[in-house]
Amino acid sequence: MIRHALSGLIAHWRRHPGQLATLMTGLALATALWSGVQAINAEARSAYDRAAATLGQDQLARLTGAAGGAVEAETYVALRRAGVEVSPVITGVLRLGDQRLRIWGYDPLTIPQAAAPRVTPGDEGQGQIDLAAFLTEPGLLLVAEGTVLNDLPPGFPGLQVSGDVPPGSAFTDIATAGRLLQTSDPTYLLVAPDHSGMLPGDTGLRLEPPRSGDDIGRLTDSFHLNLTAFGLLAFAVGLFIVHGAIGLATEQRRTGIRTLRALGVPLRAVLGALALELAVIAVLAGAAGLILGYLIAGLLMPGVAGTLQGLYGADVPGTLRFSPEWAALAGGMTLAGAAMAGAQAFARIAAMPLLQPAQPRAWAVASGRGMARQGLAALALGLVALAILGLGDGLVAGFAFLAALLLASAIALPVVLSWLLGRISRLSWGVRAEWMLADARQQMPSLSLALMALLLALAANIGVSTMVGSFRVTFIGWLDQRLAAEIYVTTASPAEAEATRRYLEGRAETILPNVWAETDLFGRPADIYGIVDHPTYRDHWPLLSATPDVWDAVARGTGALVNEQTARRETMSLGDPLPIAPDVALPVVGIYSDYGNPNGQAIIALDLFRALYPEVEILRFGLRVPPEQVDAVTAGLREEVGLPADAVVNQAQVKAFSIGVFERTFQITGALNVLTLAVAGFAIWTSLLTLANMRLPQVAPVWAQGMTRRVLARMELGRAVLLAGLTFLLSVPVGLALAWALLAVVNVEAFGWRLPMRLFPGDWLGLLALALVAALIAAAFPARRLARLGPDRLLRVFANDR
Amino acid sequence: MIARWSFAFLMLGQAAVAQGFAGLGTDAEGFSIPTRPTQFDFPADHGPHPTYRIEWWYLTATLTGDDGAEYGVQWTLFRSALAPETGAGWQSPQLWMGHAGLTTADRHFSAERLARGAIGQAGVTAAPFEAWIDNWHMTSRAPAGADALSALDLFADGDGFSYDLTLTADGPLVFQGDAGYSVKSAEGQASYYYSQPFYEVAGTLTLPEGPVAVTGTAWLDREWSSQPLSETQDGWDWFSLQFADGSRMMGFGLRDRSGDTYTAATWITPDGTATPYPDGALRLTPLGWAEVAGRRVSVEWRLELPARGVDITTVPLNPQSWMDVSVSYWEGPIRFSGTHEGRGYLEMTGYE
Repeated sequence: MIRHALSGLIAHWRRHPGQLATLMTGLALATALWSGVQAINAEARSAYDRAAATLGQDQLARLTGAAGGAVEAETYVALRRAGVEVSPVITGVLRLGDQRLRIWGYDPLTIPQAAAPRVTPGDEGQGQIDLAAFLTEPGLLLVAEGTVLNDLPPGFPGLQVSGDVPPGSAFTDIATAGRLLQTSDPTYLLVAPDHSGMLPGDTGLRLEPPRSGDDIGRLTDSFHLNLTAFGLLAFAVGLFIVHGAIGLATEQRRTGIRTLRALGVPLRAVLGALALELAVIAVLAGAAGLILGYLIAGLLMPGVAGTLQGLYGADVPGTLRFSPEWAALAGGMTLAGAAMAGAQAFARIAAMPLLQPAQPRAWAVASGRGMARQGLAALALGLVALAILGLGDGLVAGFAFLAALLLASAIALPVVLSWLLGRISRLSWGVRAEWMLADARQQMPSLSLALMALLLALAANIGVSTMVGSFRVTFIGWLDQRLAAEIYVTTASPAEAEATRRYLEGRAETILPNVWAETDLFGRPADIYGIVDHPTYRDHWPLLSATPDVWDAVARGTGALVNEQTARRETMSLGDPLPIAPDVALPVVGIYSDYGNPNGQAIIALDLFRALYPEVEILRFGLRVPPEQVDAVTAGLREEVGLPADAVVNQAQVKAFSIGVFERTFQITGALNVLTLAVAGFAIWTSLLTLANMRLPQVAPVWAQGMTRRVLARMELGRAVLLAGLTFLLSVPVGLALAWALLAVVNVEAFGWRLPMRLFPGDWLGLLALALVAALIAAAFPARRLARLGPDRLLRVFANDR
Repeated sequence: MIARWSFAFLMLGQAAVAQGFAGLGTDAEGFSIPTRPTQFDFPADHGPHPTYRIEWWYLTATLTGDDGAEYGVQWTLFRSALAPETGAGWQSPQLWMGHAGLTTADRHFSAERLARGAIGQAGVTAAPFEAWIDNWHMTSRAPAGADALSALDLFADGDGFSYDLTLTADGPLVFQGDAGYSVKSAEGQASYYYSQPFYEVAGTLTLPEGPVAVTGTAWLDREWSSQPLSETQDGWDWFSLQFADGSRMMGFGLRDRSGDTYTAATWITPDGTATPYPDGALRLTPLGWAEVAGRRVSVEWRLELPARGVDITTVPLNPQSWMDVSVSYWEGPIRFSGTHEGRGYLEMTGYE
């Protein structure tokens, strides 16, 4: 029975191949964007996991020098000879031209089993490590797949691909690492399980518990939630298309279905056949979507990698690996989405009275009552959004608020648009205009889904670009404040630092030491800086709040400054004690903004710093130099002191570098914006296209009254532009609410800083133009068809009129 | 046996890292090769010889506790060179491996330590004599003028056991083979090989149940070479025996893939006079087999050295004396009976 029902139903698609294409495209697009985003997230997460598990740091405690510095090789040997199973690691970043490689040098002879890298052959891997080559000069670097190193110096270790190496990293023997990084002291010692308790009491070392891998995960959560939100948005927009296409098909097949039922095919068989048909379409479209999604993800991945590197310092490969779980998940989403989109149509068929004549009608005629219900639903959702905002806490609540806000606006859109059109039409515009407005209002229900999609895309665009723009303006202003020194110098050794100081005597107005110790604040990695008392700080430092005598207190060593993210994370306010070293706590006298830094930071007086961290050498300086002498001093430092070019950089270079990092950070956002907008444009196009066929009964009488097809087509275009324009107007407040939520809720949760919101009306005009052009393009094809429609088709409307 | 060890060394416990390691050839590229006649120079020769590929300080002890139970102890430090040179800092081609074993009638403990040379984590100094890796050590406490190896302190620990022993030799060093030049195959591969077989031992074993005071005898082997095994030799069975009259005997058989066994033996009188016996003088016949760590290993042997009227049968204290280390092998105390009675140590390698 199902077979007959199926063949009867399939005939429909043969007659309407365009509709089938729309349905499939909608599903494929929804799947593609959603699965693409998921693929990116999965790849990034697996990279974090690998990084977190590097050399067992997620499982084993470690020993470092007292201030987090290196451990002397002799100390390592002394511990081993005392029977403590520790294993040395030398790690650091190797710069090769403009490339950077994180070197992990370990001792394969002593590394605890739990930490030993599982060397697995990658695709290009040989599956074997020549241990003799690993242990003897020039050594061997195990690198991740896709690692390309150019212009290697002679005597550089050989490279071998291994599947388990995190991207941007290389595993090697400790001797090779020591040679590459020019050190012989281990960065830290791994402590074998159960050996922490055997440590002698007076090692002078610091024992750190295993590092949980979720540090970077937590930092990047916001980014991945952001991506997921975009993916879901695109998925929802895609489902609008699918919903529209299925609804239209169902309307057009009413006659056929009624006939089938009248011939004795049971309802269950009809529904079964429809479900089967939809499932087959969903599977095919889903497969196409997966391929597309994989391609999209592959294209976006380098940008994502750049973003994550810039924003969080997280190394993620720029390439994508295919994973079956991902494909299964995305495929499941497609099926579920298709079922959701089809549910309404199925319910309607199930409820269709068998003997009632099958009247062709628009697939959803809005009644006053329906509109009212929709308005109430929107209102309720809006209240939910506010409630989440008031009661919820954390990143997920922030995104839930955004979701509720967007959904409420989308549902409210047809109600508001309809009301607006009603108001406009009351102004006396002439008969034609009035007909056009009334016609637009009449089409509102059928177009509403596409317009909702447009609203969401536009609002997301406004929201995100406002957030990014606000961020950029604030960030650049902050850079101007923070980078007050004209020249920044990095020396390699105390001797070089001394030579630099000598050279600068009489040449620089002031030499500001730039020195910090890597330590912990409240159990999280943080840097503590020591500064001298100087107007450069007093005049420029970007303080958000401070006590009146903030700089005096810092200079006296009786107060500390802390960055905004630490203050927010620990809910600190002025006067709270900040534990800057064991047994040393200073009251917080100021809180400053510190954008782009995932770590905690505090500032204390240099004298106090040197007392607390006597082993930290002062190797970096900021120089205050009269602007006209910047070039001369820079050249002098390079030529007379012999500092390498990249060790002497001027303010403009630092700024350009920082802004470059910033721009890379938001590359991916821009790309996703454009994609969502494209999907929304497609949704409008498909809606108008399907509508065009059904509208003939409404257009024919107007034509019969003397309006030419050309004018009708022009009005068609005008109506599309009008609706898009109105939707845009409504999307502006929604987008601004979105931006506010991103800046004031999500950013604070994710990064620990709150940014002032700025408005960029110029950008909105551009977006308005884009929306109108999209609507014009979408309406162009149906309008053109109307303009060329044979009069016989229009006449036939009257002939067929029942 | 030496090539086997140098291969073993590179397994390093990190099976994955060593996975597929192609093994060093048995050629002696750049390495020194033992020559005849031998000329030992003490105390320097108690120390390491970095230009030779492989070297060891290998001590086994047959002990009796104050509880009346029998025990066996092994302490070994191996040196293996990836290149015939010493390095500085982390970059040293000289690698060190320590093995410690403790055998009771029903248990066998084993432990392993690895280290690279030149940083001080492991090594051997000739004067004053000390061989160490991590906290394990074999330290001379010989008085000035006496041979450095004539009195030693010995310590090692591992999972569930440790031992702390003092050793005092009541006889001289004994040179194996031709005055310390020990031939290992018909093709002539050889090593430098001398022993101190006359230790009296006292000390403490620490077992999971608590400490046990022990006394007994011990045997130290010193051996170094660069290319000692023939390519077709798979493994060896090595015996050290102590007879009731104070005589000692060392004997080994190198098993060839062809089924032949290359044997050698040294008879040592109580005053330390050594008589070497060439290939074939010693006959080794496996008598009893046991399933050990999934392998079939001969744990009971018949030894015949007709030249000395020896025809004995050995039985292990614990047939499961399996050293579960990077490259595993059987090593444990034995008793023998027949024409003679006594105790000794047996090492069997190459049982796959």
